[in-house]
Amino acid sequence: MEKFTQLSGVAAPMPMINIDTDKIFPAIHLRTIKRTGLAKHLFEEIRFRPDGSENPDFVLNQGPYRNAKVIVVGDNFGCGSSREHAPWALTDFGIKCVIAPSFADIFYNNCFKNGLLPIALPQETVDKLMDDAKKGGNAVLTIDLEKQTISRPDGEIVHFDIDPFRKHCLVNGLDDIGLTEQRNAEIAGYEQTRRAAKPWLFDMTETAGA
Amino acid sequence: MARPRTLFDKIWDDHVIAPAGEGTYLLYIDLHLCHEVTTPQAFEGLKLAGRKVRRPDATIAVADHNIPTSNRKSGIDEPESKLQVDTLERNVVDFGVPYIPIDSINQGIVHIIGPEMGLSQPGMTIVCGDSHTATHGALGALAFGIGTSEVEHVLATQTLIQAHAKNMLVEVNGTLGAGVSPKDVILAIIGKIGTAGGTGHVIEYGGSTFRSMSMEGRMTVCNMAIESGARAGLVAPDETTFDYVKGRQYAPKGAAWEQAVAYWRTLPSDPGAQFDKKVSLDASDIAPHVTWGTNPEQTAPITGRVPDPGEIDDPLKRAAVERALQYMQLKPKTPLNEVPVQRVFIGSCTNSRIEDLRAAAAVAKGRKVAQGVRAMVVPGSGLVKHQAEEEGLDRIFLEAGFEWREPGCSNCMSMNPDRAMNGERIASTSNRNFEGRQGPGAKTHLVGPAMAAAAAVTGHLTDVRQLG
Repeated sequence: MEKFTQLSGVAAPMPMINIDTDKIFPAIHLRTIKRTGLAKHLFEEIRFRPDGSENPDFVLNQGPYRNAKVIVVGDNFGCGSSREHAPWALTDFGIKCVIAPSFADIFYNNCFKNGLLPIALPQETVDKLMDDAKKGGNAVLTIDLEKQTISRPDGEIVHFDIDPFRKHCLVNGLDDIGLTEQRNAEIAGYEQTRRAAKPWLFDMTETAGA
Repeated sequence: MARPRTLFDKIWDDHVIAPAGEGTYLLYIDLHLCHEVTTPQAFEGLKLAGRKVRRPDATIAVADHNIPTSNRKSGIDEPESKLQVDTLERNVVDFGVPYIPIDSINQGIVHIIGPEMGLSQPGMTIVCGDSHTATHGALGALAFGIGTSEVEHVLATQTLIQAHAKNMLVEVNGTLGAGVSPKDVILAIIGKIGTAGGTGHVIEYGGSTFRSMSMEGRMTVCNMAIESGARAGLVAPDETTFDYVKGRQYAPKGAAWEQAVAYWRTLPSDPGAQFDKKVSLDASDIAPHVTWGTNPEQTAPITGRVPDPGEIDDPLKRAAVERALQYMQLKPKTPLNEVPVQRVFIGSCTNSRIEDLRAAAAVAKGRKVAQGVRAMVVPGSGLVKHQAEEEGLDRIFLEAGFEWREPGCSNCMSMNPDRAMNGERIASTSNRNFEGRQGPGAKTHLVGPAMAAAAAVTGHLTDVRQLG
């Protein structure tokens, strides 16, 4: 995974609550076996008109926001499905950070596996950043993950909290599976004890489908 | 004396292998359910890294989202769907993962077949790359949806790195009125706590209403835990649970059964266990519900009206309701039972079990689908379909003008040919009314199975209690 340390870029305002995963990435396009090239369907229903042309009212179709690296959004962003296509499409578009008052759990988890930084902040702070984001080409936010800060266009510094383990993985671009595999002996030990205590949980699906 | 623990705490504690640092834990996974949509990139990742599936014996795969629910013999026409299913079929061979083929009687929606085959059991941790994995919590298992990276992590290590969620208790007491179904209970709960009301929590559904509810009903309730943002939903295992699991294909047998039940009896929350959040509802207050908007919290009793955004103070909430009504093409204050529908969908991992089909058939019997309405019934699995046909439910539906189809996810979302293509308004027993989910511009009203059948025969949203 790509390391995430610092990011400086245009922030786009999307002041909507409950932006769900179908809105971020419609179900019909889940029929892919790839995780790349998904930006073309990002926010499809609101980004494009039924005839396929761009909807000029949608923020990511407007001037400097076409190159947005950050989006500032309302409560409960990413609610709904577990589809990792949502963060894949966002990062493929170039968005590396989402700022919201709150996130849905599965989406939040998925972000960290893909070098996408979700930042949760109190509503009043998000409101200030939303106002910043409305400044078009001047809506540049600088995010420093190591220091856990966001620099606003007026120079003010906003601090954010993040789970230390997740931060560590993101800053170092660590592969979770590789980390867990180092604990193979512990997993095997647990399995051995478990097999003795609850044998019915093992060799379950061997004959399934037969 | 030991600290009183919740059902969730007990399952969690039993699965912690070790702390993983900074408030996270390495958690063991007992059962991994796989489908074709969220696994191709995970198997690809394993291949690229030269990794194997650690426990094929705790893993099972089935195709459900993409498959057509008619003309099965001619295969899958849509090339993107075919590629995804073909990819799963290749991956299960390459990695030795047990697979339920499309022509097996066991094939069906992953969340229907797990419990039905006796794979999902109390006290387990169960994951799947699918948010409706919460369904299996009805058995008293900790079951939750994960993303594709986590699917790959489980395939490779049989574990996940997780933080402990908070405990929430949703208590419903009393007897449900005639015509009120488990779907109405969960819609009422989501309407009360909101689409993010359970975020960061595992919800235990407790109280006498759930104690007297069937397993099928409990599955409907837990299925939609995610629609209130919860990580998982749980119902404590009891005699109803044990009776349901006993004798199923993969359920423990003989001495192992006795041993398992003895363990399962220790799982219910201890008296005095602490919950971080508690909500309670009275069953007698719950009427049949229908959603009017574009997320499941935008719901109301069928006796109610479409809300007026002008009466909402919070500007973001007002804007959300305005947008929902614009998308749904509904005028404020319209009585809900006057809203016409063009399609009816009875199916999905929420409501496609035998009880659901019985409830819908009881309404359909002797009636006809209204003119201009297309109504489809899609059983959740081959076994459900078979049982329904043994009971003659297929004939009731067909005589009333409903389509009787093959098992699959169908019109719950738009990944297969059952999608709505003309922006139709649908009374649907599925779980999400998000914009565009059932097809481009499709307008979804979530309802229970009897309510869906009632809408089919009248041509508009209808209070099933008034059909007599």
